[in-house]
Amino acid sequence: MTTAVIVFPGSNRDRDMCLALERATGQKPLRIWHQDTALPKADLLVLPGGFSYGDYLRCGAMAAHSPIMREVKAAAARGVPVLAVCNGFQIATEAGLLPGALITNSGLKFICRNVSLRVETSNSRFTRGYNAGQVVSYPVAHNDGNYVVNADTLKRLEDQDRVAFRYSDDAGVVTPETNLNGSTANIAGVLNEARNVLGMMPHPENATDPQLGRPDGGPLFAAMLEAMA
Amino acid sequence: MKARVHVTLKNGVLDPQGKAIGHALHGMGFAQVGEVRQGKFIELDLAETDKAKAKAQVEEMCKKLLANTVIENYAIELV
Repeated sequence: MTTAVIVFPGSNRDRDMCLALERATGQKPLRIWHQDTALPKADLLVLPGGFSYGDYLRCGAMAAHSPIMREVKAAAARGVPVLAVCNGFQIATEAGLLPGALITNSGLKFICRNVSLRVETSNSRFTRGYNAGQVVSYPVAHNDGNYVVNADTLKRLEDQDRVAFRYSDDAGVVTPETNLNGSTANIAGVLNEARNVLGMMPHPENATDPQLGRPDGGPLFAAMLEAMA
Repeated sequence: MKARVHVTLKNGVLDPQGKAIGHALHGMGFAQVGEVRQGKFIELDLAETDKAKAKAQVEEMCKKLLANTVIENYAIELV
């Protein structure tokens, strides 16, 4: 089982992601520099969090054109699973791997805390370890997590059961008050049409060590692992 | 030749920074200000001397990198 984490200049959650992957798979993930032009054969690719290119121009805009992204897009098109977290989610939308865009939080503040998320679908290799409607707690740490999609795209996401997570309260109730960053329909995570790419602002990799709070991200890593086996 | 590119959020896309600027202006007594939208201004030096070709090149730059056409509009001015 081979997992690979793509590292951009300014990535900073790549090590946390590697720890979570190693904990789940028992093997050290490969770390791939963004200027590489070839990908090793991998069962899972990860675009990690951070501040690639200092968030200049738009978050993820420059990283989306890094040489390795051509290969990541080709691999995703072949069905290789891609997990894109936080800045990785921004890079994935800029690269066209996922619909929509991420803009500045509606409250204009950097938000760094644990949040409750309602799992919206268990129909994916990433979320099959949860039940739809289950509430999990992951940390968020972002300034630009406000997910924007137009009405047509939103309808398609809903009709195709592609919303993976929504910002909710502890009981799983989704309201405008639980929408911490202004995202369309409280969306915290979405799947692509083929369901092999998941983009999300919250950090499941930072919810895997019991010493640091509820390890609610564990089932996500376990499910990905099971799907790869 | 220089190209000047204005990138602005599309109508209907929330602009939290524009809103904050508007609130600040109202707080300072500029009550006449209505909606405020914030954008980006990018100036490019181009080797190209043909205007039509330069416009086409900058269009491509806007579509590929300078603007995210999911949420932004762009306007190009050549000088």
